[in-house]
Amino acid sequence: MIWVDTVVQGVLLGGLYALFAAGLSLVFGIMRLVNLAHGDLIVMAAYLILVLVTVLGLPPFLAAAVAAPVMFGIGWVLQKYLLNRTLGSDILPPLLVTFGLSIALQNALLEGFSADSQRLPTGAISTSSLEIGALNIGVLPLLTFASAIAVIIGLNQLFYRTSLGRAFRATSDDPVTASLMGIKPGHVFATATAIAMLVVTLAALYLGMRANFDPNIGPARLIYAFQAVIIGGLGSLWGTLAGGVIIGVSQTIGAAINPEWQILAGHVAFLLVLLVRPRGLFPRAVD
Amino acid sequence: MSILSLKTVSKSFGSLKVTDDVSFEVPEGQALGIIGPNGAGKSTLFNLITGNLTADAGTIRFQDQDVTRVPAMQRCFAGVGRSFQIPQPFDHLTVFENLLVAASHGRALDEHEVEADCARILEQTELLPVANKPAGGLSLLQRKRLEMARALATDPKLLLLDEIAGGLTDAECVALIDTIRSVHARGVTIIWIEHVLHALTSVVERLLVLDFGKIIGIGDPEDIMSRPEVKEIYLGIEV
Repeated sequence: MIWVDTVVQGVLLGGLYALFAAGLSLVFGIMRLVNLAHGDLIVMAAYLILVLVTVLGLPPFLAAAVAAPVMFGIGWVLQKYLLNRTLGSDILPPLLVTFGLSIALQNALLEGFSADSQRLPTGAISTSSLEIGALNIGVLPLLTFASAIAVIIGLNQLFYRTSLGRAFRATSDDPVTASLMGIKPGHVFATATAIAMLVVTLAALYLGMRANFDPNIGPARLIYAFQAVIIGGLGSLWGTLAGGVIIGVSQTIGAAINPEWQILAGHVAFLLVLLVRPRGLFPRAVD
Repeated sequence: MSILSLKTVSKSFGSLKVTDDVSFEVPEGQALGIIGPNGAGKSTLFNLITGNLTADAGTIRFQDQDVTRVPAMQRCFAGVGRSFQIPQPFDHLTVFENLLVAASHGRALDEHEVEADCARILEQTELLPVANKPAGGLSLLQRKRLEMARALATDPKLLLLDEIAGGLTDAECVALIDTIRSVHARGVTIIWIEHVLHALTSVVERLLVLDFGKIIGIGDPEDIMSRPEVKEIYLGIEV
């Protein structure tokens, strides 16, 4: 039974990794932009929520709801006035700029909040659990996983059922032709990054409620997000969820065998999947 | 009344002049064919009309408005639609979605306002059976039809067709000509670049010949094709 519990905990942990990765997947899927500052933006959103909790005394969920439009605006401006300028046939400029942004964000957060670990106050929810048979499932991990599913469903609906989603996909296919049809690629990209920042805010909320965070943990979150996106197949949202679950389950099984193997087991699983399916589990038909 | 007028339009890439002092007018409702050898500057001329390229000199007027410096998107809103020589559909969207995107964004309308129009265009261009298929999986004829359908979805007053019959079998070409005729019959002005002369001359009322970016002749298709200089330059026949 302990192994079933381990796998269930891994699946739920995968929900958090899927939330880390969904925004990255969204941005990559639409504009082929690899945002190396993604992890740091998650950490920045966590600090923004923390400030709202401590200064205004808001509960974390309400604070996240207030932080979401702020992050939306930051994402829009960031893409419109900085990242759009780096897009083109050369993949190096966006990598260099987002790498620089990552360093700048880490140092700004260190300057503003010091290197001390922080955590969002959660109250009773962090210790609440549901008893299902012989399993005890934490409410917060369950809520995280449910949020990840809701985000993936929501983004899929947005992509395939709305005018904006069709504009996303058309621009992703061919921005030049899309612009001849009256679409403004620069606006579409800015809107995509803004929406990705909404997901980032949700990821930051659960990150801050479930674990300690400090200004330097962004790059590690980026690695988990990358691994989930690549395992799932670049640009596939459901694949991203599957990728997150695979990493989560691998980590909990690794930790059950030996606590020192937790992180390593996730990396090994990532490499094994790439050995068998180099383009990930659910790659897009044409990339 | 002219829907399009070009006056002394020129465009160079470095030292190479690809459009050289080009002037002509297209009356509303007319179908004009453009021919010329490879490298004559035909597609560049289209790019200048659509706004993909900006002219170095001269004036382009569309519906009596100077659009020489107007961006491509604004010209699309004004009523200039085009198809590409190499079909460029949005591969990951279905055929119907391709039209929806073009119609809603190209006319700045909500999708529900253009759905019926898109369905009508699908029927007109014989794409209804593949409406829900991803555009990436279409045959060449279907992709060419989609190019035209998508241009039509923007509700153009002027439709630019760039070698739309190229690479098609005779039977496919005949089917496409019928579709173009039906579009033209609805009053849409057409400018059509084409190497398949029998297809072109069966539709257009006027023919323009380009060579090295210059207009060699413009007028009645039969008259133009009988001119010695056109035979020599375009058909390679020494006279």
